[in-house]
Amino acid sequence: MLKIENLHAAVDGKPILNGLSLTIAPGEVHAVMGPNGSGKSTLSYVLAGREGYEVTEGSVSFHGQDLLAMEPEERAVAGMFLAFQAPVELPGVGNANFLRTALNAVRRARGEAEMDAMQFLKLARARMKVLNMPEDMLKRPVNVGFSGGEKKRNEMLQLAMLAPKFAVLDETDSGLDIDALKMVADTVNSLRGPDFSALVITHYQRLLNHIVPDRVHVLSAGRIIKSGGPELAQELEASGYAGVQAAA
Amino acid sequence: MPAVTETLETVQSVTDSGYKWGFETEIEMEFAPKGLNEDIVRFISRKKDEPAWLLDWRLKAFAIWKKMEEPTWAAVKYPPIDYQDSYYYAAPVQKAKPKSLDEVDPELLKTYAKLGIPLKEQAILAGVEGAGESPADSGRMPIAVDAVFDSVSVATSYKERLAKDGIIFCSISEAVHEHPELVRQYLGSVVPQGDNFYAALNSAVFTDGSFVYIPKGVRCPMELSTYFRINAKSTGQFERTLIIADERSHVSYLEGCTAPMRDENQLHAAVVELVALDDATIKYSTVQNWYPGDAEGRGGIYNFVTKRGACRGARSKISWTQVETGSAITWKYPSCILQGDDSVGEFYSVAITNNRQQADTGTKMFHIGKNTRSTIVSKGISAGKGQNTYRGLVKISPKAHGARNFTQCDSLLIGDQCGAHTVPYIENRCMTAKVEHEATTSRIAEDQLFYCRQRGLNEEEAVGMIVNGFAREVLKELPMEFAVEAQKLLQISLEGSVG
Ligand SMILES: Nc1ncnc2c1ncn2[C@@H]1O[C@H](COP(=O)(O)OP(=O)(O)OP(=O)(O)O)[C@@H](O)[C@H]1O
Ligand SMILES: [Mg+2]
Repeated sequence: MLKIENLHAAVDGKPILNGLSLTIAPGEVHAVMGPNGSGKSTLSYVLAGREGYEVTEGSVSFHGQDLLAMEPEERAVAGMFLAFQAPVELPGVGNANFLRTALNAVRRARGEAEMDAMQFLKLARARMKVLNMPEDMLKRPVNVGFSGGEKKRNEMLQLAMLAPKFAVLDETDSGLDIDALKMVADTVNSLRGPDFSALVITHYQRLLNHIVPDRVHVLSAGRIIKSGGPELAQELEASGYAGVQAAA
Repeated sequence: MPAVTETLETVQSVTDSGYKWGFETEIEMEFAPKGLNEDIVRFISRKKDEPAWLLDWRLKAFAIWKKMEEPTWAAVKYPPIDYQDSYYYAAPVQKAKPKSLDEVDPELLKTYAKLGIPLKEQAILAGVEGAGESPADSGRMPIAVDAVFDSVSVATSYKERLAKDGIIFCSISEAVHEHPELVRQYLGSVVPQGDNFYAALNSAVFTDGSFVYIPKGVRCPMELSTYFRINAKSTGQFERTLIIADERSHVSYLEGCTAPMRDENQLHAAVVELVALDDATIKYSTVQNWYPGDAEGRGGIYNFVTKRGACRGARSKISWTQVETGSAITWKYPSCILQGDDSVGEFYSVAITNNRQQADTGTKMFHIGKNTRSTIVSKGISAGKGQNTYRGLVKISPKAHGARNFTQCDSLLIGDQCGAHTVPYIENRCMTAKVEHEATTSRIAEDQLFYCRQRGLNEEEAVGMIVNGFAREVLKELPMEFAVEAQKLLQISLEGSVG
């Protein structure tokens, strides 16, 4: 369970999140929508513990733990996963090596045995097949020279392999073709269950046709100004944010 | 009591910043008197029962050295070295050949185990009679090892197996006796006695090192390697390595180096000479892990080394790969003299400086023959207060028509108290030659670190992974068995450099 209470955060001294509260119960998927610059990526970075994102007020508890007191890697191995809006390139670092190191870090934390190269390859190949990723992407350096869509697929491969308790998807659907969009939805849906929850940040209702959220929230100027069921996304698609913002 | 032990261990693990090779072996040693003079040179030569020509050769070198001055052009700083305050000969006392592992001085065995030399090789190295010289029964690819302990080579493995192909792999002292014609013909032919201050010193007092000869048309069936170990206090190590690859032969050779942790600085001044004849290939890899000194810059090895290869034959090739993680100061420029037409020189280097380490390293490529080609890939990594300089020379003579060089120098900075410098010299006197140079300097980006940590890697693992990625082009040149070790070493060398 993720419980965000009255969260205030600043970047370079500039307040971006201004009293955000949100509770996501195990098994639930929530969507966050909102205009450009409203603070969606900032929220995802604060949850993941990125340096420079200073929490000035409020609290976040994650399965009973004080999330904000943890290092980024501690949050990761505790089951917090962020699919980046702009996945980062790691020149010279093989994708397989990176993914296996990450997987074994997570497995160690869960008290599971580390995976050797053979076991890992078997699992990775199977997952890549589902994601329609060519196998040579395992050998290539992480995200280097990947197309925009390939980078997003690679994020979904990591998500599927690491099987976290909680996933934040920051506009994973942006810039994807229809098939890729379905692949993102399939990845999330396959993880859905009582031990998994997610926060899906998106600008488009069409992703939510495939990942049907339990709740939809509208973020504006660093606060949630409206929440509702899946129908709220359709409403926004039809009439934009202006109406909601005026009413708030 | 346990609490004390624990505290001691904690203190140790903090101070040695992960240098796991800092132990000292307690073993009976024999020393020459401290200091350097003609008598010491004669003492060494006598100890090794050398022929008169070699003593004369050493004395000539000593005379040249006395007239030379220490070079000061490198971008490294250190207090004056007192050359009289060091032992120039230290050797484990030789006993009768042991019959089994049980009879071997356990301290010596422990040393090999700690250095990561597999047990099978250990037995052979310790000179156990009949310890499987046949590689077939070991299951994995054997590696022939020569171990040099302070001043002497203590043992060489797989000698007999190699001899079947006519390959000579032994200590240079042994080669002086067993193959004097080869040693006499080639010793000093690539690095003459008066080449530079440290080479002259080495020529006067070198005590041991490895010798390799690969006959015509032979491809060496296994990796050859030498483990250099400085153990004794106040002792310099001056080894000399000579590798000759006759026509159409091929050899891959690797050296590894470690030393105990001490407050004093110890001098290591080696000379390596390579000769490649027509169509021969020599691949020479180094994993240099001498004790680097502590975080405040106390102790550590001064590594002043001259390495040079001569591509004498047409289409010959010499490839240097080095991973330099250790030493307080590194001063070395493995070079290639590309005499033969169509010969190829390569230099792949990763140099890390952390804490107060200083490295001034690079290469020299002399293009003399037609269509000679050289490639230089240098990756410098600076952390802590480390200073890292790439210094390279590409010299193309007027007759080297069609010569080509490509140089790439990349520097990676970790933190803001370290430095990276690139000093490429290019002297091109041939119109038809082509020289290309690329250089970059970068930092580990915050977003890269964050991305890795978000996936569960801690900060040190993340830095290790990014640094290994940065160095990949060089690491992939290492023989497979050593690439993994080198990767771990890069990460260990950077411990304490972040956060
Ligand atoms: N380093 C910074 N200094 C100043 N302002 C910043 C900094 N980083 C982010 N911001 C600002 O914070 C605000 C929120 O940015 P954020 O990336 O969270 O928006 P977003 O909702 O994800 O937008 P988008 O839909 O375009 O992805 C923006 O106005 C942005 O300019
Ligand atoms: Mg955003």
